[in-house]
Amino acid sequence: MFGRGLKTLSCVTVVLIVGAFALVFFYAPNDADQGFIQKIFYLHVPLAIVALCGFVAGGIYGILYLRSGDRMHDLRSYVAIHLSLILAVATLISGSIWARASWGHWWVWDEPTLVSFLIVFLLYACYQPLRFSIEDPQTQARYAAVFSIVAGAFVPLNFMAVRMAQSVAHPRVLTSTTAMPGSMFLTFMLSIVAMACLYVTLWKYELASKHASMQLRQLRRKLAGEDDGWTPRARRSAAPQL
Amino acid sequence: MPALPLGESGKYVAAAYCVFLALILIYVAIMATKLARIERDLGELNELAERRAAAASDEEEDEPEPVAR
Amino acid sequence: MRRAVVALVRKDLRLEARTRESVPAMVLFSLGTFVLFHFALDAQTVAGNLAAGVLWVTLLLAAVLGINRLFVAEREEGGFDGFLLAPVDRTAMFVAKASVLFAFLVLLEVVAVAAFAILLLERPPWHALPGLALLLALADLGIAVVGTLVGALAIQTRARDLIVPLLAIPLSVPLVIAGARGSAPLLAAAGAGALEGRWLLILGLYDLVFGLLAYAIFDFLLEE
Repeated sequence: MFGRGLKTLSCVTVVLIVGAFALVFFYAPNDADQGFIQKIFYLHVPLAIVALCGFVAGGIYGILYLRSGDRMHDLRSYVAIHLSLILAVATLISGSIWARASWGHWWVWDEPTLVSFLIVFLLYACYQPLRFSIEDPQTQARYAAVFSIVAGAFVPLNFMAVRMAQSVAHPRVLTSTTAMPGSMFLTFMLSIVAMACLYVTLWKYELASKHASMQLRQLRRKLAGEDDGWTPRARRSAAPQL
Repeated sequence: MPALPLGESGKYVAAAYCVFLALILIYVAIMATKLARIERDLGELNELAERRAAAASDEEEDEPEPVAR
Repeated sequence: MRRAVVALVRKDLRLEARTRESVPAMVLFSLGTFVLFHFALDAQTVAGNLAAGVLWVTLLLAAVLGINRLFVAEREEGGFDGFLLAPVDRTAMFVAKASVLFAFLVLLEVVAVAAFAILLLERPPWHALPGLALLLALADLGIAVVGTLVGALAIQTRARDLIVPLLAIPLSVPLVIAGARGSAPLLAAAGAGALEGRWLLILGLYDLVFGLLAYAIFDFLLEE
C-alpha cells in the first residue's frame, strides 16, 4: 500500500539530486561576497524549507487523524515529524559549518533561520519521548496528534518572533535570496525540488517499512494462538502500533 | 567552469555535503537493520505456520486409532 | 458552559486558598532565583536588557512549576472521570484551568515584580509599571493557554514532571522574546523608555492563535 510508486519516485529523486548537485558545482557562479563557501547555501536552505514543510505536514496529518481516527494518518504524521527532525539536525549542522566558514564562529545568533531551527528542534525532540511514555496505543496516537498540531502551529509563529527579535544593527548575514542572478536562482529552485523529492521518497520508504512491521506483528498475534514454546517479543517503541 | 579550491573554503563546503551524505547513509543503514529484522520474523512465522500445518496433518493421521481400539 | 467554568474555577481557587500549594511555591522559587541571579551575575543592580532577561526567565520557570501542579489533583483524585461524566462541554475544563493558571500568574507577578524591584533594580520602576503590566498580562494569557495544553498533555504520561518543562520552554520562546525585548527599554538605567507596539502585537497574535487552537483541540486530550 505504501510501497506503490516508490521505485519511480526514487529514480526521479536520484536524477533530481544528482542534477541539482551538478548544477551547484558546475553551473552556478561563485557568489560575489562569500565566494565558494556560498555553495553550502544550496544545501542548507532547501534542507530548512523542506524540514519546515515536513513539520507542518506532520501537524496536518495530526488533524486528519483526530478527525478520522484512521491509524495510518497517525503513522504518516509520525514519520513526517521523524524525518523532519533528521533534516532539522542536518540544517543545524550545515548552518553551523556555514557560519564557521563565513564568520569564524560555530554559531551566530544573528541568523534567524538557525536560531528558529534550534528552538524548533528542542521542541520536536520531545515528540518521541512523549510517545514512548504513553503506554496505551490509542491515547498515545491521540496525544501525539495534539502535540503535532500545536507544534506545527508554533513553527511559523516562532519564525516570525525570532526574525523580529533581530536588532536592526545586525542584518541577516548568511542567506541571500535577493538579487540572485538567474543561474543561481535556477540551481536554488532545483535544489529545493530535489530535496523535497528526497524527503517524500524517504517518507514513503519509512512508511512502507513501518507498515510492514505492523502487519507482521498482527500476523504473529493471529498465528500465536495456543502455541506454547513461543512468546511474543515485547519491545516498547515510540512508533505507532496497530 | 568548476571552481574547486580544495584549500580553505573548499573544506567547509565538502564537510557540509559530507554530513548530508552521512546522515542519509546512516538512515539507510538503520532501515536495513529493520528490514533484516522483518525478514527474520517472517522466517519464524513461516516456520510456525509449517509446524502448525504438520501438527494438523498428524492429528488427522492419529484420529482413526482411538476408534479402532 | 459558563456555570461549569465558574464552578471549576471556584473549586480550584478554594483548593489553593486552603492548601496554599502552588502560588507560595512559585513566589518562593522566584525570590530564590533572584538571589541566585545576584550571585551568578555578581551585580548589585541590573538594568535594561539584563533586568528584562532576569525577570522574564525567572517568571517563566516559576510558571512551569505552576503548570506542573495544575492537573495533579484531577489526576490523583479522579477528577477527570467525574468531569467526563458530567453533561458539560469539555472545553469548560480548558477555560477553567487556563483562568486559574492566569490568576496564579498574576498573583505571582504582583509579589515577584515588587521583590525584583527591591532586590535588583536601582530605582523603583513606577514609570515602567503600566507598560510592564500590559506586557505581563498579555504574556500571562499566552502562558496560561500553552501551559494548560502542556499540563493536560503531560498528565497522562509517565514522565510528567520532565515533559512539562521540556515542552513549555520552547513553546514560550516567542513570549519571552516579545516580553523581554518589550520590557528592556522600560527598565533602562536612565529611566523608562517607550514601549514598542510590535512586541504587544506578537504577544497578541500568539495568544490569539494558541487560544483558538487550544480551544479546538482540548477535547481530544480528555477522551477516554
